[in-house]
Amino acid sequence: MTIQETKENIIEEFELFDDWMDRYNYIIEMGKECKGIEEQYKTKQYLISGCQSQVWLSAEYKEGKIIFQADSDAIITKGIVQLLLRVVNMRTPQEIINEDFSFLDNIGLKEHLSPTRANGLSSMIRQIKLYALVFKTKEEQKQA
Amino acid sequence: MDFDINTIRKDFPILQLKIRGKSLVYFDNAATSQKPTAVIERMAQYNRSENSNVHRGVHWLSQLATDAMENARETIREHLNAQSIEEVIFTKGTTESINLVASSFGKAFISAGDEIVISEMEHHANIIPWQILCQEKGASLKVSKINPDGSLNIDHYKSLLNSRTKLVALAHVSNVMGIINPIKELIYLAHQKQIPVLIDGAQAIPHTNVDVQELDCDFYAFSAHKMYGPTGVGILYGKKKFLEAMPPYQTGGEMIDQVSFEKTTFADLPFKFEAGTPMIASIIGFGEAIKYINNIGIASIEAYEHQLLDYGTKKLSEINGLTIIGTHKPKAAVISFTLEGIHHYDAGSLLDQMGIAVRTGNHCAQPLMKCMHINGTIRASFAFYNTKQEIDLLAEAIVKAQTMLL
Repeated sequence: MTIQETKENIIEEFELFDDWMDRYNYIIEMGKECKGIEEQYKTKQYLISGCQSQVWLSAEYKEGKIIFQADSDAIITKGIVQLLLRVVNMRTPQEIINEDFSFLDNIGLKEHLSPTRANGLSSMIRQIKLYALVFKTKEEQKQA
Repeated sequence: MDFDINTIRKDFPILQLKIRGKSLVYFDNAATSQKPTAVIERMAQYNRSENSNVHRGVHWLSQLATDAMENARETIREHLNAQSIEEVIFTKGTTESINLVASSFGKAFISAGDEIVISEMEHHANIIPWQILCQEKGASLKVSKINPDGSLNIDHYKSLLNSRTKLVALAHVSNVMGIINPIKELIYLAHQKQIPVLIDGAQAIPHTNVDVQELDCDFYAFSAHKMYGPTGVGILYGKKKFLEAMPPYQTGGEMIDQVSFEKTTFADLPFKFEAGTPMIASIIGFGEAIKYINNIGIASIEAYEHQLLDYGTKKLSEINGLTIIGTHKPKAAVISFTLEGIHHYDAGSLLDQMGIAVRTGNHCAQPLMKCMHINGTIRASFAFYNTKQEIDLLAEAIVKAQTMLL
């Protein structure tokens, strides 16, 4: 599935919901089901500190694709983190660099992504893009 | 004036708002309170027909603006029962008031080896200015402990007061828990050892009568926006003997007497501490807010808010898994709580979806969170325009959030 198709799928899933409760129940379920990050990554090194909730993020580069793992201490944040990972996991660095994450506006979650919300999500997106940039640069250096 | 909640609610236009299709339930009053029409209109009137710079102009409008601003100062002086307007300094807010004292009192009175006493329940605004002052001067910061119920440990406080202590800085009311400190006694204990005391009154003065002469505090800092006035203006009350001995905080216009390139002499109090053009419209709005409070009567406000606190405490205590943080009495109308197995961010996000505004997180009091072994709370803080029906809505919303999250 392309990055575009994944985003369209997510938007379709959210269109099924009539009200905020359905939407949030879905996110909460995603948060609960997710196994989160391996314990070894729940350290300061991988922590993206928000004033309200905290996010941990790690990234691995394998065969041209990036594999992210992420977690949060708040369940709604964790659910949204999973949603983001569905879009960015197993993508090339360039795909992630090109992504603007505006699909989140279409599913009524924009407010959670505000940098002033201080829940770690907007910093997480910044960090995801930074990883992509680093992996891309390393790849280019290798080829040069 | 009789306390009629329906009339009072009509004074606050924002309370008519619908949030996500639901009537706003505003329980974030400890962060900032809403503004009555009287304040909004007074500021608009100033901007429409009185705006001019103050204190320097000889023209008619400037005199009008100066009079309006100085009338507000007098209204505030009377409200505090300060001895004179020289003791009432306009600042940006509580934070600036405390920074002013840390800077100017610090320059005049703090040196290496001295000690400053604060408590574990302080807001960051009453911690960091002292921490930095101590670092600069080689002084040390002593922190008075609190008891598990959130009250100040008075024995420990007493043990910290000694001949090296040069200042005590304490909250009148804890911004997280609402607990009211026995500041009159705490001030008395410090004064017995000739130690001056600054009180952070941001969370107290909107809810209770404050008489600075009766308390005998040396400084009292607070903000207009938490007492139904505008943002951007606050007060530093200071005893004249200290303010006179302290150097200016900032320098520039409005605060000088004579200026040459060799030497500047400073204006008299209170202007010595008010460099630059003040927030004139906000100050005038602040004066109006105090008139509004006095028209209802601070005692009526306190009594009504106490009913809300008792009702809210009872109602929320009935909820399974809910723990109130800070149970010591007396308290101002603030209930901070945690929900077992639920992160405060999740609870706050769902309450917001239900049109209820609360504050979540560490409330700029990270050291207190550490003492209480928690990473944050959900805080509902009431004002006299809130109702028991709104507390019922909060209780229902909490239970609904628990159902969704657990």
